[in-house]
Amino acid sequence: MLSIKNLYANVEGKEILKGIDLEIKTGEVHAVMGPNGSGKSTLANVLTGNKSYEITSGEVWFEGKNLLEMDPETRAREGMFLAFQYPIEIPGISNATFLKTALNEIRKYKGEPELTPKEFLDLIKEKAKVLGLDESLISRAVNVGFSGGEKKRNEIFQMLMLEPKFALLDETDSGLDIDALRIVSNGVNIFRKSDNAVLVVTHYQRLLDYIIPDFVHVLSKGRIIKSGGKELALELEEKGYDWIKEEEVDTSTKLEAEKV
Amino acid sequence: MNEIKEKETKPTEEISDDMKVLDDLTSSEYKWGFVTEIESETAAKGLNEDVIRMISEKKNEPDWMTEWRLKAFRYWQKMEEPKWANVHYSKIDFQDISYYSAPKQKPKLSSLDEVDPELLKTFEKLGIPLEEQKLLSGVAVDAVFDSVSVATTFKETLKEKGIIFSSISEAVQEHPELIKKYLGSVVPYTDNFYASLNAAVFSDGSFVYIPKGVRCPMELSTYFRINSQETGQFERTLIVAEEGAYVSYLEGCTAPIRDNNQLHAAVVELIVLDNAEIKYSTVQNWYPGNKEGLGGIYNFVTKRGACRGKNSKISWTQVETGSAITWKYPSCILQGDNSVGEFYSVAVTNNFQQADTGTKMIHIGKNTKSTIVSKGISAGRSNNSYRGLVKIGKNADGARNYTQCDSMLMGDKCGAHTFPYIEVENNSAKVEHEATTSKIGEDQIFYLNQRGISAEDAVNMIVNGFCKEVFKELPMEFAVEAQKLLAVSLEGSVG
Amino acid sequence: MVNSKEFYIENFKTFVEKLNGQSKLFLHEIRKDALKQLAEMDFPTNRNEEWKYTNVSPILKQNFVPAVNTSAPDFSKEEINKFLFNDFDYHLLVFVNGIFSEELSEIGALPKGVVVGSLNKTAKDNPQLITAYFNKISKTDNAFNALNTLYAFDGLAAIVPDGKVLEKPIQVLYLNTSRDDLVLSQPRNLIVAGKNSQLSIIANYRGYGEKKYFTNIITEVFVDERAIVDLCKIQNESDKSYHIEKVQAHQKEKSVFNHYNITFGGAIVRNDINSRLDDQNIETHYYGLYLAGGKQHVDNHTFIDHAKPNCMSNELYKGILDDNSRGVFNGKIIVHQDAQKTNAYQQNKTILLSKTAAIDTKPQLEIFADDVKCSHGATVGHLDETSEFYISSRGVPQELAKSMLIRAFANDVIETIKIEPLKEQINHMIFEHLHRVEIVNSEESR
Repeated sequence: MLSIKNLYANVEGKEILKGIDLEIKTGEVHAVMGPNGSGKSTLANVLTGNKSYEITSGEVWFEGKNLLEMDPETRAREGMFLAFQYPIEIPGISNATFLKTALNEIRKYKGEPELTPKEFLDLIKEKAKVLGLDESLISRAVNVGFSGGEKKRNEIFQMLMLEPKFALLDETDSGLDIDALRIVSNGVNIFRKSDNAVLVVTHYQRLLDYIIPDFVHVLSKGRIIKSGGKELALELEEKGYDWIKEEEVDTSTKLEAEKV
Repeated sequence: MNEIKEKETKPTEEISDDMKVLDDLTSSEYKWGFVTEIESETAAKGLNEDVIRMISEKKNEPDWMTEWRLKAFRYWQKMEEPKWANVHYSKIDFQDISYYSAPKQKPKLSSLDEVDPELLKTFEKLGIPLEEQKLLSGVAVDAVFDSVSVATTFKETLKEKGIIFSSISEAVQEHPELIKKYLGSVVPYTDNFYASLNAAVFSDGSFVYIPKGVRCPMELSTYFRINSQETGQFERTLIVAEEGAYVSYLEGCTAPIRDNNQLHAAVVELIVLDNAEIKYSTVQNWYPGNKEGLGGIYNFVTKRGACRGKNSKISWTQVETGSAITWKYPSCILQGDNSVGEFYSVAVTNNFQQADTGTKMIHIGKNTKSTIVSKGISAGRSNNSYRGLVKIGKNADGARNYTQCDSMLMGDKCGAHTFPYIEVENNSAKVEHEATTSKIGEDQIFYLNQRGISAEDAVNMIVNGFCKEVFKELPMEFAVEAQKLLAVSLEGSVG
Repeated sequence: MVNSKEFYIENFKTFVEKLNGQSKLFLHEIRKDALKQLAEMDFPTNRNEEWKYTNVSPILKQNFVPAVNTSAPDFSKEEINKFLFNDFDYHLLVFVNGIFSEELSEIGALPKGVVVGSLNKTAKDNPQLITAYFNKISKTDNAFNALNTLYAFDGLAAIVPDGKVLEKPIQVLYLNTSRDDLVLSQPRNLIVAGKNSQLSIIANYRGYGEKKYFTNIITEVFVDERAIVDLCKIQNESDKSYHIEKVQAHQKEKSVFNHYNITFGGAIVRNDINSRLDDQNIETHYYGLYLAGGKQHVDNHTFIDHAKPNCMSNELYKGILDDNSRGVFNGKIIVHQDAQKTNAYQQNKTILLSKTAAIDTKPQLEIFADDVKCSHGATVGHLDETSEFYISSRGVPQELAKSMLIRAFANDVIETIKIEPLKEQINHMIFEHLHRVEIVNSEESR
């Protein structure tokens, strides 16, 4: 479904991603873990087309199409979804308006008819129920006055509404208490099916207790330095990131250390 | 020849060689000479072309310099004194001023015991070292003091690196090509009333030239300040930082400076080329007048820097506590792409002082950034105004400005005013301006009292906290003194 | 061509003839004073600090004929309907070129003692209601003010006696247009709210036709003790018109004055909104939204004068500027020495949608009292890229994402309007004016 080849990217002139290779197949759940500043969020933003990030080399193929040539909205319509680490507040625009606009744009792109107000409302009710969301949320402005947990839940709600092929969760667990974490994970587990894929980006292992990944990758200094099964996450939790770093002594780090 | 003149004017005949080096370095060489010569003449009041020719002649200036002064004078005659500032004073009679008045002779005292005890108290509060106290108050210094040896090494280091640091009069003689190229290139003689007057009659000032790629290894004038008191009424400073150069320049002195010249109209020009940086810090503590508002200096200054090169940077930091009236807007013209302008200011007014100060940030180049942090403290019956301009030109893509402008009022008879002008002609710019006004809360003072801190100390603490963002921009030892200076300036303003 | 000042002075004779005997009124004495004032002053230029960023010379290049001196256009009820705000109950007053139209207005029933109608008629019938206020609240600050007073003839008179509450808002449609001559339309409004009274006014300024005209208004507002006045100005004059208004409010103890100022139309627009807080425990709120495109020039000057202690003022002005338009904001707050315990807040935020739009803003605080809480802020920027990315990452096209952010930006001003149906109608005007895809909140959300 998604194939990342030797991807390099800059933010404000600073190289953050230094050659990422990653293959994600339909039906799989992958987790990318790594310490702060390792490039996790950059990866999520680059995949969804945030213009603040500059891709210097590499390729990304999504369902056989060149992802990097598409603008963010086209990527979304092709089925790419990012649950933001910091969801944006949009005063004056209700969740209903926002979701209806997005959903109909995606449907139009696929050649599907727009939803009738009734169909739309039914869909909202159905998905809100899954997440245990109050329906009144739908008339509130997008994320305005939401707590951190509510915002994250709203991201998952949007994901369920838009039904993407590929969902990226950027630190969705940060700032969530245990109950919220359960609800959010439950949403993701309902979402994951044999015809879609999920990439979870996280610092901590605890989310992976709820969303069990098929593969775990460790990101450090812009590169995937270790990949493994779900047990890798547990090992990381136990031993910390330093363990990996020691094991895979990065030659560049060594050189830098010598210079100092 | 210079030596002879020095001997005439110095408090003591026994000047050590080292001391002489110090004098050479501090541009006093020419100054003292000048003093001697004009002392024999009557310092007639008034201003006309003859007076200007005379000033120029006394300084042995080349024709082009004389001409420049005359052009400035002719232009000035057609100008009117600006009225837009939020300050009030009785009209200045420009014909009632002596434009080449000699620096005053200090009374020659034999020990600190003869010095005005009030002055000594102030020195003590400011924590000024004893030797410096003596120098400042005109006590004969016969011992070799620390700075002298510092000065010698200092001079050698500068020379080695090709740095020019001299009086501007000397530079006119020694480096006419640099002066011709840069003098008036940032503040032209047509700029404003006081700048034109300065161009016509400027007495002296400093010239600093940092060659390509050189980082000036020390704060210029950290040692120099003790001798900088007699720079004159119409000071002119020019600093040029060539590509990749860096210099931190310090102007002024925390010690109270008394001067009988009521009008001070200085001009400072900074020129910064590619990847170069000038950091310019000022502590201004001219005589503010007495508690009834009588006397005091009118300080009308034009300070401007041009960031001509790419990635160039100018940072102005000022602590303004003195003068009866301050009219001063250190500015940055951000021409070079990615150039940076900064302005950090603390302005304190007490009693009847009036300050109208701020900055102009003119964004011309792409991705230029400016930061303005202004802290105004008004006490007594004083008025303190921030006046600033942030201008983002049509082509200044990606320009950023952040301005924070806070006022604190102490007492109910003072005023705090904010006049920020923001002009934006480019939609990729981002400009943010914030201003607040507050007073020291009684609850804050009570809280500190309850922890055993006296009211006076509590106020000082709070005021220093208020100014923290600016003080941290000052060179370390200066910052400590500036904090103490604030306390002294605000003395008696809290009941 | 004579210069406009001479022209306006000259035309006063014709005006007096047209008045046909009404010149005996007290109003006329005031007009004659204004004549003297105008003769002595010049129209402002950029050299004047208050007009630094607004060049009025295009307005002075042609001579506009005072509305009374020229023939009035006819409008039918159907024609004016499209200019009205709807879906709520209101008392309707219609002024065409500043002159009251009895036929088009539907004032309806009013509480006893309340006068809502034509200033001209009130000046004739009940001059005692207005003499104490007329031209006493507002002073002549400039030649435009003098010009308005010189030809002061008609406008809104809303006089609410003590203790009376107007349940329905008053919608005042000011329809301005030029037919044969270029018209000078000069509404002169007087709003007097007695003690403990309440009223809400929608001042709806609209333009008609393609020709130039000039609207020059003075609105005087007196808010007595504990009274609450909402004045909501929505201005959508035609593209070529010039529009100048001065609002001067005078507030007494515990009164509340809310002024809303939504600007869409006009080639050159200048608003001066001034309040004098002359008593204790007063509240003043100013909300402004200015939208400009094309070559529009929109200048908002506000002045809140805190003269007494324990008052609060709150001001929020937001602007969206597109194409080659230029905005000016000057917000002045003065806190006098007596005005201890003042709370004064001011915010001005502008976004520039195009490369060639520009803004000059000057938030200004002058404070002479120490125990106050005052702050102001100004920001200038563009639509936030991160937010735009968030929206487009959901599949929404860029143009629509921009429209959403425009609506979001305008929202905190629109939200302050108390008449619910007005909000969506103003939102609609935003997108119409900026020629952008409209965002309508879907039914499900209401």
